[in-house]
Amino acid sequence: SHEHKLNFRKSKEVCLSYIQDAMLQKQWKRAAEFLTFYIESVEKDFSREYMGPSEIIWRIGTEILCHHSQGSIKELSSFIELMKTSGIKRYLKVCLEHIFHLLCNGLIEEAYQNLSLAESWRHGERTVIQDKEMKLIQAYRGLLDYHSWAKQKNILLEHGQDGVEDLSVEQEMHSCFRKAAVNLKEIIKIPGVWDVFVKCLVDLLEFYGDHDEARQVLNDYAYNSKFPANPNAHVYLYQFLKRHGESKKSLISALKVLHDTVPSHELMIDFSTMLQKSKKRKKRRLGLEVIFAALDYAGGKENVKAWSCLARQMKQIVTSEKHLDWIKQEWNSRKDWWPAFHFSRYLAKRNWQENESLSYEKALVAGILLGKDCKYFKYVSHQGCKAQVKRFRILKKFVNKHSPVCLRISG
Amino acid sequence: RDFTERCVQCSEVNWGLTDGGRFYCRTCHNVTERTREVVNTDFIPNTRVQTISKGLRNQEKTGIGCEWYVCEGFQFVLKKQAEALEALGVCPQMKNEVLYNFWRRYLQKSKQAYCNRPAGETVQALSACNSSTDVDSEADRPSFLHCLSLSESEGDLETDCSFASSASKISESASVCSGSVDGNLYLMKNQKEKLRMTMPMTLSFCYMALLWLREPVTLSDLLRFVVEGHIPYFNVFRHFPEKMKLCGLDLKIFCVESWPVYEEVHNKMLELAAFLDLPRFPDVTDSCFLHPDMLCMKYLMEANLPDELHNWTCRVVRKIGIGEADFLTLVPGNKSTRNVKYDVLAAALIVVVLKLLFLLDDHYEWLLSDFAEERNKNNKEGSPYFEFKKWYKVIKHSLDVEQKKLDEERAKYLWRCEKPLFYSANVKSKVLKRRQMVVNLQNQFGKLSGSVRPAEKPNPSSFLLSWSEENTDGSCFHGHSLKGILQEKRGLLAAMNPDYWLGTIKLCNEKLCGHPAHYREVDFPQSYHFVLRLFSFLLRMNPSYIHDEVCVIEHKLFYKKLCKKPKPNIRIRK
Repeated sequence: SHEHKLNFRKSKEVCLSYIQDAMLQKQWKRAAEFLTFYIESVEKDFSREYMGPSEIIWRIGTEILCHHSQGSIKELSSFIELMKTSGIKRYLKVCLEHIFHLLCNGLIEEAYQNLSLAESWRHGERTVIQDKEMKLIQAYRGLLDYHSWAKQKNILLEHGQDGVEDLSVEQEMHSCFRKAAVNLKEIIKIPGVWDVFVKCLVDLLEFYGDHDEARQVLNDYAYNSKFPANPNAHVYLYQFLKRHGESKKSLISALKVLHDTVPSHELMIDFSTMLQKSKKRKKRRLGLEVIFAALDYAGGKENVKAWSCLARQMKQIVTSEKHLDWIKQEWNSRKDWWPAFHFSRYLAKRNWQENESLSYEKALVAGILLGKDCKYFKYVSHQGCKAQVKRFRILKKFVNKHSPVCLRISG
Repeated sequence: RDFTERCVQCSEVNWGLTDGGRFYCRTCHNVTERTREVVNTDFIPNTRVQTISKGLRNQEKTGIGCEWYVCEGFQFVLKKQAEALEALGVCPQMKNEVLYNFWRRYLQKSKQAYCNRPAGETVQALSACNSSTDVDSEADRPSFLHCLSLSESEGDLETDCSFASSASKISESASVCSGSVDGNLYLMKNQKEKLRMTMPMTLSFCYMALLWLREPVTLSDLLRFVVEGHIPYFNVFRHFPEKMKLCGLDLKIFCVESWPVYEEVHNKMLELAAFLDLPRFPDVTDSCFLHPDMLCMKYLMEANLPDELHNWTCRVVRKIGIGEADFLTLVPGNKSTRNVKYDVLAAALIVVVLKLLFLLDDHYEWLLSDFAEERNKNNKEGSPYFEFKKWYKVIKHSLDVEQKKLDEERAKYLWRCEKPLFYSANVKSKVLKRRQMVVNLQNQFGKLSGSVRPAEKPNPSSFLLSWSEENTDGSCFHGHSLKGILQEKRGLLAAMNPDYWLGTIKLCNEKLCGHPAHYREVDFPQSYHFVLRLFSFLLRMNPSYIHDEVCVIEHKLFYKKLCKKPKPNIRIRK
């Protein structure tokens, strides 16, 4: 039933719900309309609530301006400038988000100016949150400094090719480097997810030949327990080590954690391949485990590299007839669902039509795991032989030859 | 004592000084505006504001404005409201005579009731007023002793008051400033005083005057006009003269941020009438707009119901004796007469009549409607039989549309105006800045919303829904006939429906729980709820108020039957 009373607070609550409805239905004009009526509640904002009217207006207004057809970045900027003055506590936060909007719209110069302005902002004692926000602002300035540095670097390289020397550009570049490095190093001291910053910093350090520091940074980022678990950290570390020709041992240890956290990752194929080549039995065993795990996920279903990696390992085991129990162990937990997941007749047809190599590798695996009478193998090998593709004939022979071994596995 | 001017009224030179520091003529008690220099007041909050004693000539320099008392403010408000009502068509007597006299009487009564005059000080507050009929003439502005002590306000603006750091307790009001001279005292606690003036009470005054003159405006109409902005109430200070500056506690007194509530205004009106010792009001006879016979006709039209139903409402009125002037006319202070709410009464009568004829038990009315539909198929001449189902569909559609509009208007309601208010001077710049920001934002997003806000308020109308017989789509039911549901009995027309159900078996004691009945939607048939909803929309009040009245009428109507042993179920054979 409808209440016929009304007071300020109630009417603004109701107004807000209309705004929210309009926004959820992407009716930006209607949302803007109701917002005009909500705006006067800022005159009763005493900053006691968790999210008061001025913050609500800031967030809603930003959303509307981002999506509304007439909302340009210029309009957004002038709106945000207004919002900056509306709440001291929020100033840095509003600045930071403004900068994101500017960057998203490609206005890098303006973003940089705003960052510098924000950095120089002083207002009494800073709270802990404001401290962090300030660090972020400095970090993003560092990022933009890196961006400048990269530009200068490219100019230099071009000129270098043309044989032109350019001292001023070089100086500019070095100064950007210094500014960037300082700020980037600061932010990565704080526990957090700083992928962008880390990558840029490492790039800088590598360029200037400071490999040790780069390695230190990456190690810290990956292994510091205070930092949140971040698979990318390990990826970056691995890529760095690979670039610098580090030993297989360190490469493997870099990828180990990645396998634990993201078993479906692309790099797992490399990982498995490396492990397979190891002399240590434990490592080879792990290699098999890794590649099986990688193919548990839908992402790997059509990955030829992954299948070929698995196929290779299985072929080797079957041929040598050593460690068949490894395959058996891996297959144990998968035999209930892999057949439908990977080796259905439908998939056989599709794989054969779309990607011959894929079907080849998979057929090999299927033939070993499920025997030569399984749907997948039968269909693909038949098709392959019909098409007179040589390797399919070889495949057929192979599987037939080792059929008893395969039975031992699937039995 | 170097003031040697002659007194304006009696030409004597015999001056004394009131507590407020003003010169007054000891002979004729005429109080002047001239004051003795007492205190140099800068506009600093947290200092006790004594009577501001800059002479009128210093006004421009200080910018503080003139001295004004809270009552003067209210007087101004009433004047503006009366003017607005006049513009809506109310007779001019309202403003010049009736309302003015009520107000004067109020001032007299309220001053005599609680003013503590120090010895030797016998200023007759209204001696100046007597000489003019114009309510706001400056020369005759009465001055009041500023020892008015009044009870605390339950204003809406506690949050605004928190602007000033130490002003959260009004009892410490000595430290808070106000633009009016007696603003802080006005809000202090005092048990002796009963009827301190508030903004809602201005509406009680207006309604009382309208009732005295028996103008064709019901209380629900009045409140609706207020909400729609046709009568000054919100942001009324906008109309105050420049010199009357509002700040501090004045805000609590004069700024309203909630819609006026029918019950509150009505009850205050009754209190006021008793307080002012008014005699019996002019009789509400059957030619008055407020008489149920007249008002029912209006509501029947608005509800798009057949005119024939009017006969029935009149019959019920006669049967239970509520058409008598003695019942309908307000006698202030008479607690035994149930004080009549004309609009609610008329609406409830219609509901009762609908129940009598259609039963409204979610069953019988649809049967009757099907029956009428059949008859209508075969009978094409003459006025059609009234079909409840058709009416329901038409009304429901309009009601839903209008209710949706109303809901959106509630969401879009603006409370603030372009003239900003400051609690105290130290927040003035902040407030102005905020106001500027609000205006900028409204402009920016207003452009994005694509629609132009109508600058004009919609014209005030007495009818919320209107139906025309010229509509060829058959959506007007005024002329429809009740033939199908009536039968002749002993020479009289009676309803075919033999049954009736009561809204409640026993009326509650109003003194104990405030209402004679307690309405819950789930307990009653949906048709009944629909009808209540319709009138609830027209009158802008909760369905439960109408239901209360319906129950009271029913109990009067079936009194004899109820006096016998009540049956366990509440259905009655008529």
